[in-house]
Amino acid sequence: MPRITDDGTDPVTAGTAGRSTDPVTQPTLDARGWLRFLWRQLTSMRTALFLLLMLAVAAVPGSVFPQRNIDATRTADWIADHPTAGPILDRLGFFDVYSSPWFASIYLLLFISLVGCVLPRTRVHWDAMRQPPPRTPARLERLATHSVLEVEAGAGEDTLDRLERALRRRRYRVHRHQPGTLSAEGGYLKETGNLVFHLALIGIIVGVAAGHLWGWKGDAIVPVGQTFAKTRFDTFAPGPWVGDDDVPPFTLRVDDFTAEFEDEVTTEGQFGMPRDFTAYVTATENGVARETIIKVNAPLELDGASVFLLGNGYAPVITVRDAAGEVLYTGPTTFLPQDNNYQSVGAVKVAAADPGLGFVGWFLPTAVITEDGGPQSIFPDALQPALALTVYEGELFPDGRPQSVFRLDTDEMTQLTNEEGTDAFRLWLEPGDTVELPGDRGSITFESVERFAGISVRHDPGRWLTLASALLALGGLILTLVVPRRRVFARVRADSVEGRTVVTMAAMAKADDTGLESLLEDLREDLDPDPDRSRKT
Amino acid sequence: MTYEELATYANYALYSAMGVLTLAMLAFAGYLAGLMPARSELKEARRDAEADATPDRSLVGAGTATAEAADTVESTRPAAPAPRRAVGRGPVDVDRDEGVSAGARKLGGIAITLTWLSTGLLTLSVLLRGLSVQRAPLGNLFEFAVTACLAALIAFAVWSTRRDLRWLGLFVVAPVLLVLGVALVSWYTEAAELMPSLQSYWLVIHVTVAVLASAVFFIGAMTGILYLWQDSVERSGATSVLNRFPPARTLERLTYGLHVVAFPLWTFTLIAGAIWARQAWASYWNWDPKEVWTFIIWVVYAAYLHARVTSGWSKQRATWIALAGFVCIIINYTVVNLFFVGQHSYSGL
Repeated sequence: MPRITDDGTDPVTAGTAGRSTDPVTQPTLDARGWLRFLWRQLTSMRTALFLLLMLAVAAVPGSVFPQRNIDATRTADWIADHPTAGPILDRLGFFDVYSSPWFASIYLLLFISLVGCVLPRTRVHWDAMRQPPPRTPARLERLATHSVLEVEAGAGEDTLDRLERALRRRRYRVHRHQPGTLSAEGGYLKETGNLVFHLALIGIIVGVAAGHLWGWKGDAIVPVGQTFAKTRFDTFAPGPWVGDDDVPPFTLRVDDFTAEFEDEVTTEGQFGMPRDFTAYVTATENGVARETIIKVNAPLELDGASVFLLGNGYAPVITVRDAAGEVLYTGPTTFLPQDNNYQSVGAVKVAAADPGLGFVGWFLPTAVITEDGGPQSIFPDALQPALALTVYEGELFPDGRPQSVFRLDTDEMTQLTNEEGTDAFRLWLEPGDTVELPGDRGSITFESVERFAGISVRHDPGRWLTLASALLALGGLILTLVVPRRRVFARVRADSVEGRTVVTMAAMAKADDTGLESLLEDLREDLDPDPDRSRKT
Repeated sequence: MTYEELATYANYALYSAMGVLTLAMLAFAGYLAGLMPARSELKEARRDAEADATPDRSLVGAGTATAEAADTVESTRPAAPAPRRAVGRGPVDVDRDEGVSAGARKLGGIAITLTWLSTGLLTLSVLLRGLSVQRAPLGNLFEFAVTACLAALIAFAVWSTRRDLRWLGLFVVAPVLLVLGVALVSWYTEAAELMPSLQSYWLVIHVTVAVLASAVFFIGAMTGILYLWQDSVERSGATSVLNRFPPARTLERLTYGLHVVAFPLWTFTLIAGAIWARQAWASYWNWDPKEVWTFIIWVVYAAYLHARVTSGWSKQRATWIALAGFVCIIINYTVVNLFFVGQHSYSGL
C-alpha cells in the first residue's frame, strides 16, 4: 500500500531515513491514478507478451480433453470413465475450453491491451506522417553508420539537391530544415503495416462474433429417396439474432448416394479407407428445381445457405408385421457408423405394436462371424450386408424422455429370449430374409440396403469479414516485417584547411538493420559525378 | 512403368538420398572436427591469456580464436565514438578458412556437394512418389515428413550459395536424416489415393506452405540453439569449436531473419487451412486439435517477435520462446497427429 509520510517531509529522504520502519514509500494514487496505472500496465508490451503466452498455454487443454461442442458423446464417456477427475475438470470448464470464462478473459484482456496499444500508436503515426523528418543532428560522425564525401568547394548545396532527388526516388520524405542540412525518413509503411495487422485482428474477432450472432446451422440425416426442408432438421442451432425468416425456404431431395472405398492397396491403414462420396440431389429454391451433386470439398451453394456433405452411412429398409400380416413399421432405418468399417448401431422402434416392440443391434455392411462368435464388419462397402438384432418388448418411450433414435431406452422393456429361455433371442438377417418373432408377435423383414447422407446446411454472414481481415492482417504483417524504417541525414561543412567542402551522410534505423551500410553506399554512387561509376542520373 | 513400380523407385531414390545424406553428415562432422582448436592453439591461447592479464583482456575476449571470430561483427554496431568505417556492401565476411587445415576445408566442400546430391535424389523420390499416386505427395504423415525434409534441404542448399553455411550443415543434415529414418521405419504408408476430405486443390496450397514454413522454422530453431550456445561460449570465453562460428550477434540476427520469413508463411497456412476447412468441414474454424496447435504455434512465434522488441526482454529469452515454438511444431506433427482424436486424422497409420 502506498502511503504518504505523516510529517509531510519529502518521501524519498524520509524513506531513506526511517528505513527500518518504513521501507518503501510511494506517491499516493487516487482512483484515477490507479485506473491510469492499471491501464498502462494492461497496455504495456510486457503484459501483451504475457497474455500471448497465456493464450497459447490455455488453448492446450482443449486439444487434450474431448470438447463438448465437437463430440458430446465422447465427452460424456470420458467423464463417466473418470469419476474423480471428470466432474472437477467439467466444473473448471475443461470440456468447453474455448467458451470457458478463463479462456475468454485471456483473449478479451489481450484485445483490450491491443486496442489500448494500437489506438494511441495510430495517432502518433498519423501525426508523424504529416510532420517533416526531425532536424539534422549536429555531429553526424557520431552515428555508427556514416559516410564522408569530399566535393568541390561550394558544391555542397548542389550535392544535397542530388541527394534529395536520390532519396525521393527511394520514396523517402525529405526536408531541409536549414541550409546545408538534410533530413529524410522512409519506411513509414513499416508502422502502417504493423497497425493494419493489429487492427485487422480486431476485424477477425468482429467477423467471428457476427457469425455467431447471425449465423445458423442445421444438420439432417437423409436416406436416399427422401426429401428434407428447413422444418426437418434433426438439429438446428440458430444464432441468438436469427429469425425464422432468415432461413431461406428450400427443399433438398437425395436422389442417390455413391461411396467408394480402397480395395486395391491392402495394407493396414489404407485398406477400406474412403475414396469418394457423392450425393446426387435435387435442390428446389424459389420454385426452381435443379439436379446437382454434393461432394466433400464441393458444397452446394444456395441463396443464403450452403449445403455440405459431412457424413454418410447405411439405412437398411426394414418392415415389421403383426401376426395377421399387417404392416406396423416400414422404411429405411438409419444406423450410425461406429468405425471405419461402418459397423453401425441402430434401433427399430415399433410404437404401433402393443405392447411396444423394439429392435436394437448392429448393421454390418460386410459381415463375418469372428472365431469368438461375435459379428463384425470387415469392409465399409455393402458387400455382404447383415443385421444382428435383439428384441425388447414394453414401454418404448418411458415418461416421454428424449432419447437417441439409434438406441433403445430399455428401462421399462424386457428382452425376448429363445424358446428355452437360456439366452436372448437373436436375429441374423440378410437382405430378403424374413424371421418370425417368438410368441406369435409377427415378423421382421430386411428388405434392402439403402445409404443415407449426413447433410449440414450452414449460413455464416461474418465469414467474408473474417477472411478479408485475415488477408489484411497477413498483408500488414508482411509489410511490417519486410519494410525497414530508416532515417538519413546529411550536413555540409566547408573544410577551411584544404579549401574543399565535405558532405557527411549518416543513416540510422529503429531496430537492427544490416542494410544501412549498403544504403549509404548506393546513395554515394548516385551522388558520384563520375559518369562511369554512377548507375542512374 | 506401373504405379507400383514408380512407388518402388521412389523408395529406392529415398534410400539413396539417405545414404548420400549420411556421407554428407559425416563430412560436415569432419569439417567441424577440423574447426576444433588444435591442442597447440589451446596452449597458445592459455599462454596468451596468462601473459595478457592486463586490463585490456576483457576487450580481447579470451583466446586468439575468439578474437578472430569477433572480426566478423558487422560494422553497424552502435559504438560511440565510432571510428570512421569504410562503407562496405553487406556484412563483412572474414575468411573463415584461415587456420583451418586443407583436409577440413576439403571435407566442408565435399559435404556441401553431397548435400546437393542428396537434395536432388530426394527431389526425385518425391516426384516419383507423386507420379505413382497421381497427386501431390502430401497425403499422409510419411509423405508430409519426406516433403518437409526436402524443403529443409532445399532451403539450406539454396541459402548456402549465398553465404558460407558449412558450420550449420551438421545441424541441418543430422535432424533431417533422423526424420527421414523415422518416416521410413515408423510412418511408411503405401502409395494410395486420397480420402475425399483431402481431394482438393487446397491440399497443395495449404500443405505446401505449411511444409515450407516448418522447414524454415526448423533451420531457424537450429541457428537459435547455436546462438544460445555461442552466447554462452562468448560469455565464458571458453575455447570451443564455436569460436570459428559466426559471432552470437550474427547468429541471433540470422535466427530472427529466418523467423521473419517463416512467420508470414505460417500465417498463410492458418488462413488457407481455414478457407479449406470451410469447404470440407462446413466451418472455417472447428477447434480441431490440429487447428488448435497450429494456432498455438502461431501465438508462440508471435510472442517471440514481440519479445524481441520488448524492453526488458533479452534476446536470449526471446530466442527461448522461438525454440518453444519449434517444440510445439514437433508436438503438432507427432503427438497431435498420432494420438489426439480429430478431423486431421490423415496420418495413414
